[in-house]
Amino acid sequence: MLTYAIRRLLLSIPTLLFISFVIFMLLQLAPGDPMAQVPLTVPPEVKQKMREALGVGEPALVQYWKWLVQVFWIEPQVAIDAMFGTSFSEGKQRVISWQTRSPVMDIVIQRIPQTLWVVGVAYVVGILIALPIGIYSAYRQYSVFDQAGTFVTMIGFSIPPFFTGPLLIVVFSVWLGWFPSIYDTTHVVNDWASLKEQLQQMIMPVMVLALQITAMLSRYMRASMLDNLGQDYVRTARAKGLSESVVVLVHVLRNSMIPVVTVIALGIPSIFGGAIITENVFKVNGIGQLLLTWLFANDLPGVMTLTFIFAVLIVMFNLIADILYGLLDPRIRYD
Amino acid sequence: MTETIAPIEALKDKGPDKPPRSRWKDVWDQFTKHKGAMFGLGFLIFITLAVLIGPLLWSVEPQKIDIRNKNMRPIYTAIWDADAKVGWEKPLGSDQLGRDQLAQILSGGRASMAVGWAAMVLSLLIGTAIGVAAGYYKKLDGLLMRTTDLFLALPVLPLLLLAVTLFRQPLTTAFGPEGGMFILIVSIISVTSWMPTARIVRGDVLAIKEREFVLAARSIGTLPGKIIGRHLLPNVLSPILVSAALGLATAIITESALSFLGVGFPSDFPTWGKMLADAVVRMEEYPERVLLPGIAISLTVLSVNYLGDGLRDALDPRIRGR
Repeated sequence: MLTYAIRRLLLSIPTLLFISFVIFMLLQLAPGDPMAQVPLTVPPEVKQKMREALGVGEPALVQYWKWLVQVFWIEPQVAIDAMFGTSFSEGKQRVISWQTRSPVMDIVIQRIPQTLWVVGVAYVVGILIALPIGIYSAYRQYSVFDQAGTFVTMIGFSIPPFFTGPLLIVVFSVWLGWFPSIYDTTHVVNDWASLKEQLQQMIMPVMVLALQITAMLSRYMRASMLDNLGQDYVRTARAKGLSESVVVLVHVLRNSMIPVVTVIALGIPSIFGGAIITENVFKVNGIGQLLLTWLFANDLPGVMTLTFIFAVLIVMFNLIADILYGLLDPRIRYD
Repeated sequence: MTETIAPIEALKDKGPDKPPRSRWKDVWDQFTKHKGAMFGLGFLIFITLAVLIGPLLWSVEPQKIDIRNKNMRPIYTAIWDADAKVGWEKPLGSDQLGRDQLAQILSGGRASMAVGWAAMVLSLLIGTAIGVAAGYYKKLDGLLMRTTDLFLALPVLPLLLLAVTLFRQPLTTAFGPEGGMFILIVSIISVTSWMPTARIVRGDVLAIKEREFVLAARSIGTLPGKIIGRHLLPNVLSPILVSAALGLATAIITESALSFLGVGFPSDFPTWGKMLADAVVRMEEYPERVLLPGIAISLTVLSVNYLGDGLRDALDPRIRGR
């Protein structure tokens, strides 16, 4: 198991390098010019100097190498400095956003809490709703509850977040006036009243995201429970005279959770991607919204680094899912 | 004297009184039992016909600006609001420039469905080709499957956004604003969505290729191309059909999402996602402009999803006949 994990970990390095190379080369083709906003009165040789100062003057491969060094060598040093108060990174060039002229990672770190609050809570809520629905629908297959559950999950699959979002805003903030339509990221939680306000503004984005997560997970849970409910060991457990709740919630559930746990792990990075739309609808200034802003502002270092972070998340959670699967299911042997 | 002995009852029948059941008839019988799938198929046919024939019947130019009749409400608003500005000449109302909503929904649906179908077909072709090649030719397997894993590790939505913003300019100058955008969106959706099909097809091809009938075909000297075309592809048709349905749903949603984020088709070429995005700012006064395209997208995707569900059940021989 350990050798497998190490092998996968080593394999993920070339994968990530390749992905970052592809993204970088895509960005090289970008038609936008970082100097487009500079006034026409600025002479061309000054413009050339400015371009070199941004790091655009050099050949693409050199730029790529410098980006790699900045992300994999200098940024970890900055992180260590921030944690232990050392000064490894002093005077070294970090990845600088063209739009704000400040380090990209600093901006990303400012934005991550907002995304985590909304996306993380939505994921937990989604799991908490999905699992009981999946378990009960499988236990009472083809019952009214199961039919209704299947219908609701189908709807959750089919209604895109850019429709549910505006719909919720119209109903709950315009007509009923219960929740604010815009997520206020400057809101500070320091007492019960402000916590209540924070929860109120979180409800709608969380519900939009949780609907999709619930739809996906409850179907997996139901299918996995159905696979296990027909197994022989279930009959044995019933024949021993175990109570129905023990049979379903201990014997069957534990075995059915194995694939579901890996699906949960696999879904985490895609939720970050899907949150781009939800963040945009509710004006949450998380990393999804940041990506859009940078993309429209033609901020190549920012877009590059952020897309790479998404890729790292996907590769990392794929790895976690595979390892979890091996750990949870003793029948799976990788080596 | 031999007397003819009358044959017993069981030996009297002349032959089968019913024609033999074909596989596809079984599949169809199982499919019709799935109510959701029948609804899905019906609605998909309805919406396809509506967007194909509808513009011929309702021959109002969708882009015609009629500023005197701007901001009209749909005709049904008159039921609860007698003062609403409604009229039979604009059954679903008009937008802030007086463009007819019904005509826009129809032509927008045409664009959305065209993108969905084209992207789905293209991604199926790529996925099937790669899946079959990886499953059939052992030499290609490792390379192709690593490529598939790599594509699966790509962050899809950020990359889509990236590709659209980057290539919009060159393609629109080459093929015109609508044609270029169509090519761009169809190709990037299919390039980022062929991987599940490829994996499923590869798995099935690997299993089927070891069966006796393929061995028999090879032993009489059938060429690999013929084996793939005549023996392998018909047998992997069912997973391909199921992933086709799911692919259509994802393609429609992805296109609408791109339009919603403002990187899809230009504003004078409405798709459902674009109409929804343009209407969000006036949602409080005119909720129907968000609701109508939103419901159109959701119902289409819902029906396609149900269709896929029914297809999966109907094509699975373990479930069929139960």
